[in-house]
Amino acid sequence: MIQCKTSKEIGGMGHSVRRKEDDRFVHGKGKYVDDIKLQGMLYMDIKRSPYAYAKITNIDKDSAMAVEGVLAVVTGKDLEQYNLHWMPTLMSDTQMVLPVDTAMHQGQEVAAIIATSREAARDGREALMVDYDIMKPVVDPFKALDDDAPLLRPDKEGQKDNQAWHWEVGNKEATQDAFDAADVVVKEQMHIPRIHVASIETCGCVADYDKIDNHLTMHMTTQAPHAIRTVIALVAGHLGITEEKVRVIAHDIGGGFGGKVPVFPGYVIAIAASFLIGKPVKWIEDRSDNLTNSFARDYHITAEMAGTKDGKILATRMKVLADHGYTDGAANPSKFPTGMFSIGTGSYDYPNAFMEADAIYTNKPPGGVAYRCSFRVTEAVHAIERITDRFALEIGKDPAQLRFDNFIKKDQFPYHSPTGWEYDSGDYHAGLELALKTVEYDKLREEQAEKRKNGQLMGIGLSTFTEIVGAGPSKDFDILGIKMFDSAEIRVHPTGKAIARFGTKSQGQGHETTYAQIIAEELGIPSKDIIIEEGDTDTAPYGLGTYASRSTPTAGAAAAIAARKLRDKAKKIAAYLLEVSEDDLEWEPGKWFVKGAPEKAKTIQEIVFASYTNHPQGMEAGFEATHYYDPPNLTFPSGAYICVVDIDPDTFEIKVRRFVAIDDAGHIINPMVAQGQVHGGLTQGLAPAMYEEIIYDEDGNALNGTLMDYLVPTAVESPSWETGHTVTPSPHHPIGAKGIGESPTVGAPPAIANAIVDALKPYGVTHMDIPITPAKIFEKLKSMGVLDKDITAEA
Amino acid sequence: MIPASFDYSAPNTLEEALKLLQEIGDEAKILAGGHSLIPMMKLRFAEPEHLVDLNNIPGLSEVSMNGDTLTIGAMAREVDVEDSEEVAKVFPIFKDAAKLIADPQVRNFGTLGGNLAHGDAANDQPAVMLALNADLEITGLDGARTVGIDEFFYGFYMTAIQEGEILTKITIPVPSGKVGNAYHKLERKVGDYATAGVAVQLVLDADGTCISAGIGLTNVNATPLRAERSEQALVGTKVDDAAIEAAAQAASEDCNPSSDLRGSEDYKRRVVKTITKRMIAKALERANA
Repeated sequence: MIQCKTSKEIGGMGHSVRRKEDDRFVHGKGKYVDDIKLQGMLYMDIKRSPYAYAKITNIDKDSAMAVEGVLAVVTGKDLEQYNLHWMPTLMSDTQMVLPVDTAMHQGQEVAAIIATSREAARDGREALMVDYDIMKPVVDPFKALDDDAPLLRPDKEGQKDNQAWHWEVGNKEATQDAFDAADVVVKEQMHIPRIHVASIETCGCVADYDKIDNHLTMHMTTQAPHAIRTVIALVAGHLGITEEKVRVIAHDIGGGFGGKVPVFPGYVIAIAASFLIGKPVKWIEDRSDNLTNSFARDYHITAEMAGTKDGKILATRMKVLADHGYTDGAANPSKFPTGMFSIGTGSYDYPNAFMEADAIYTNKPPGGVAYRCSFRVTEAVHAIERITDRFALEIGKDPAQLRFDNFIKKDQFPYHSPTGWEYDSGDYHAGLELALKTVEYDKLREEQAEKRKNGQLMGIGLSTFTEIVGAGPSKDFDILGIKMFDSAEIRVHPTGKAIARFGTKSQGQGHETTYAQIIAEELGIPSKDIIIEEGDTDTAPYGLGTYASRSTPTAGAAAAIAARKLRDKAKKIAAYLLEVSEDDLEWEPGKWFVKGAPEKAKTIQEIVFASYTNHPQGMEAGFEATHYYDPPNLTFPSGAYICVVDIDPDTFEIKVRRFVAIDDAGHIINPMVAQGQVHGGLTQGLAPAMYEEIIYDEDGNALNGTLMDYLVPTAVESPSWETGHTVTPSPHHPIGAKGIGESPTVGAPPAIANAIVDALKPYGVTHMDIPITPAKIFEKLKSMGVLDKDITAEA
Repeated sequence: MIPASFDYSAPNTLEEALKLLQEIGDEAKILAGGHSLIPMMKLRFAEPEHLVDLNNIPGLSEVSMNGDTLTIGAMAREVDVEDSEEVAKVFPIFKDAAKLIADPQVRNFGTLGGNLAHGDAANDQPAVMLALNADLEITGLDGARTVGIDEFFYGFYMTAIQEGEILTKITIPVPSGKVGNAYHKLERKVGDYATAGVAVQLVLDADGTCISAGIGLTNVNATPLRAERSEQALVGTKVDDAAIEAAAQAASEDCNPSSDLRGSEDYKRRVVKTITKRMIAKALERANA
């Protein structure tokens, strides 16, 4: 049970306070970027390349200009005159805003149409004639380094092939020695496919450039408004659009999930158009454009594990081929090209590991965004949890027991992993024990044994993962050089009500509720009396934004510390008002009182009022505090997930019968909000495990660019999630919280994949790539020649 | 996703609608529920110049059981048939099928007539109508004519409805004897088109011998497909395991699925066989209930 230190009235941490933001959402009063309508506003649509790799030989502007309402057609050659045709990515690569001569992927922006209405802009897009010389694209990343592959990025100085970069970590030689000496080595080739965040709200903006003031207001749907402002100033500063003249406002966001961290070409084109025309320009991306022009994941991983016959893990090795599309458009911290992939040694204690990655350019859209995932943790966790199950299968050991035998033990924390991380805290045994008890694991294994005798396919899959979130400490973590701190600014008004502003930006996480609870916890001001505001760069303190489960670990910590500064100030004022020494005062949420005489007290509201009306001489008036929090370490949430599936032996339809998720995110701020996060995250873990994948043909055409074929699971596909938690606080975080938003997305896919592979064990299946679909199971068994095998004989 | 511009008329009588269709010619497109047409227009796969909306015309939405005939007006919504307990007594197959069509919002507006007239082998009602031996009433300025379901589907998005004509009514015979029917499709997720679907109706005599069988297949052929050999494999039998196996095997052999994102041709044949077996068993159970 969660213990609350504050009363329900104060509503601090541990209370399931109803989400403040929901009132406006359930009344249809949310304000999204497409709700912005400005005087004289124009509309932009984007013509996109139908080909994966093609020379643009002609763009016939007149064909679009002939459409009524079309005012302008903007091409790469137009932008070139202002040196706006290329822009930096967050990974210090470069990306075309609009191509001057070559389209690098299907769906790439080729020209923008500016018109007086959205309909006219779309008609202009349809009418615009573009001529291409089609070239043979590089689609398969495994062939991108072949001698006959075209050099995709001749614009990059010194670029001789289609490799973007190489990265490695760990101890290569010692790991090789461990593999050489091991009794058992297992190896699987895995693909974590290209998927899309598929947020309900697509990307979009209203760029509003004022020629008189030389000022740009950018209304946009972004998870990182401050970072975006800085990027805009870096890209357009030479035109006089410098940082103090840029205001980015992120209103309500209809889902971000990492897909709204990068700067997309559409934003820059809209800014350029507004700058050139002098009127506000709205761009709202349509569904198919959204689905097919960025991505997450797309790691091909060779995963290996070495161990003893009786089940001790000795070493792991992972080799990644990362398909980045034509540029590295990921959004990782600068020093981490593979993000946090090196967490892939998992929850297990062994001395040696080696990981390497090669990033490859192909004729596909750029991206690699961290889809509800702390920078590639999902890929890492999938690989380690799958290969751990593969090892258990190889030696005939129960996968739960194998995990117990190899877990990092509670007293080993802080634990130094072979890839260089210091895990802050954890109790993996407790989590798995609770998960096994909840699901009644032994009974399920008995049921499975019975079912196998009758040819029924039932599987049980585990995932006991460690996450790494809260980026991050300034010594290692930056984006474009800006350190990954985050900030909080609390301003308490004379009547004891407050507004607090943050550098993060909620997209459904519930910050308006949970940040207020953190402040309430520390200051005793009821959380309902605290307004939370984010997303306006003119008013909010600078911060790097909300993604990678970093808001609670960074801005949440900043809120707690800023509140503690105010509590200290309150103590001084209370001592003055009560005419006692500060040493004689004791705090309980909401008041300072005299030790041993609780009737002699001053409430926080009285103290705040005094700070404006009767503050001690020499003290600064008012009641405000700001804190920029630089975390000393990352936080390491963990979880023990168990999935039970039944598979139809004829059609191979997969039914997720049960899914138990035990999370350990340290102290929980709002149990209801946390549970909601877990439910949503698990569904977004089910998605890539069984449904979602962007599929390309050999010409680089995306084959499933609508929600008819890009299969986002619904409530119908989702099982009734069974959630629970253990609490192992982070020792270095001010409120002991670790972050919850992404654990379920990270932890669920391998649990599901492991369950399905376990169900197919009688056929001899050892691995399947996600998404695992009925049709894929058929093809797998067919290719193994076991479709008609009598599996009852195995049982 | 914004459609190309188009003209729009909403006539109040059938005659007015037919005249409009004649005037406009082949650039006219009939709008019923719109749940097939409008998505295609939004993607600009279809760019009709003139929509003739039938929603204001009274009398096209009747659903009634009259002795030996079930009559369904072409503008009846999927939900009208789905919710009819009277229809469900003899034809529970409509509940089976409706529950698998898209989602409740679509079924509240999508029409049975539109589902058939779209001529898409991926739609579910065509297979149901094949199993139930429906007759379709098509009306033009010269009057109404009736076309059997086997003569209705011509090719990809092509039906027996000619330019200037409107599908007005569906009639389905209520067989005498013990009747059972059932439909199921395999879908990748809720609301998806079928990977494969099978509709079955069995009519048994008093001692359980099958006197007629109707089997329609969804999305495994260019047009909705009647599985004739499967029907023949059942007629005259007691619908025992051997007959069911033979019928299912024939269906999997006679369909013509293509490999696509929903699965390979081989996989679809396996699905057809499995669902055919299961739907025959379910229809048999219902006939004997």
